[in-house]
Amino acid sequence: MSGDNPSPLDGLVGGDAPMADCVLSSRVRLARNLVGFHFVNRCSPDQLSDVVHRVQSARLGGPFESGVRWVNVQGTTPVDRLLLFERNLISRPFVESPHPRCVAISADESTSVMVNEEDHLRLQMLAPGMQLRELSNRMLVLDSSVERSLEYAFHPRFGYLTACTTNVGTGIRVSAMLHLPALALVQELEKVQRAARELQLAIRGFHGEGTEALGDFYQVSNQTTLGRSEQDIVEQFAGSIVPQFVEYERAARRALIERDPTALDDRVHRALGVLRACRQLSLEESIKFLARVRLGVALGRIEGVSLGLINQLLLQVQPAHLSRATGCALGNGRDDRGPRADFVRSSLR
Amino acid sequence: MQPHCDCCSNPAVVHETIMCEGIKSEVHLCAEHAIEQGYILPNIGGASLVVGKLMDKSNPTATPAATRTVKSCASCAMTMAALRETGLVGCPHCYRTLEEELGVLIERTQNGATTHAGRHPRHAAELIDRAAVRNRLTRELREAVSREDYERAARIRDEMLTIAGGGEEA
Repeated sequence: MSGDNPSPLDGLVGGDAPMADCVLSSRVRLARNLVGFHFVNRCSPDQLSDVVHRVQSARLGGPFESGVRWVNVQGTTPVDRLLLFERNLISRPFVESPHPRCVAISADESTSVMVNEEDHLRLQMLAPGMQLRELSNRMLVLDSSVERSLEYAFHPRFGYLTACTTNVGTGIRVSAMLHLPALALVQELEKVQRAARELQLAIRGFHGEGTEALGDFYQVSNQTTLGRSEQDIVEQFAGSIVPQFVEYERAARRALIERDPTALDDRVHRALGVLRACRQLSLEESIKFLARVRLGVALGRIEGVSLGLINQLLLQVQPAHLSRATGCALGNGRDDRGPRADFVRSSLR
Repeated sequence: MQPHCDCCSNPAVVHETIMCEGIKSEVHLCAEHAIEQGYILPNIGGASLVVGKLMDKSNPTATPAATRTVKSCASCAMTMAALRETGLVGCPHCYRTLEEELGVLIERTQNGATTHAGRHPRHAAELIDRAAVRNRLTRELREAVSREDYERAARIRDEMLTIAGGGEEA
């Protein structure tokens, strides 16, 4: 990736995807390990390099048939690593890991395979809006394809064997990034979060585990991976959990419009005004105001701005993307608020 | 009220909260099961070594009386104590060597689920079939013993031994 410009983001930020008003993105990932090696936490650097070599020599198939880009993460710059993280192609631990590791990225950047994250393989697929069933079907095809070249560690009782027991069994983690601003405004978010926990779901912030729910974006995912088939887990999410969250959020949005449409309009247009006029914009502020504008666009209260543009800006205001787009320096203590405000202003002109 | 051991009805003397990938689970074990699962190393020179994070030192039963060997993985030398330090299993072989102990941990972290119900690699098809047969025979053996039908129980046992000799999982 070093030296390349970010590729077109259309496939990752589509504003016309199913349930795009309330679902920013869907993700499916599988954890897999290879027979004949200890797990990553017990492998020597040489063994980890051997795992990398084996996976790079394998024919991955699936979305990688139309092109694969291998990124040797150790050999990239911090900006490039962060860029991959912000685009959800690699995880935070993978950015910071000291291990020999690499990532395969499909031509359309919808699919990646991290090699030597917590497990030897972490296969993941992303799509805008609510597309969990489609992603799951494509993922299982990819999994079968990879398995033709690489032998997975498996146990008849415990299923696919993983380094952490929370992933054992199917190794599948399905998640949806939900935008729930109206539920927050009508103060019903706590109730929904409680219900989600009772359903054994994990609720995390904008960048997954341990992060805050900036802009009322919440990543909801399954906590358990054993005892149910992949199809059951995906179907529970795609057929029940996510549509239920979306219905709650849409009901809260209708209630906001009925209760005080002027207050709602003021909130979303004021946010748009800030983004179009400000001269300094922190990352947190940009996500907060973009999320408010997103609500206005989704409800048709703001015209002339597309959901796709807002989704794209939510990605482009992040430090590495901003650094790449504007040339501003990246690093601790660097003030990127000015370049971010300039970039957002020019995008929303 | 003092919680009971997760594995029996004795009072728990080892209490631990495990966080893994944002998922919280609690462990409560009596001295005997704490030793068995590698939380407490057996008596060394009259003193026992607590390996777990937390321990109720006020309870005198925390000191184990018996000396036992801590089970470790033959492939990567992982023990349950080391696993609890990192939250990570060492290798695929651990799941066989430490199957009983990991089974307890997995049941807890997986909300009571104990057995895989999803897809499997092609190379594991035979293992899956064998495991299903083994589960059926175990159930039938238990039923035969409870009926005191020892002749049938012996036949089932022989069948189980035949299957057990059929190979190992990955």
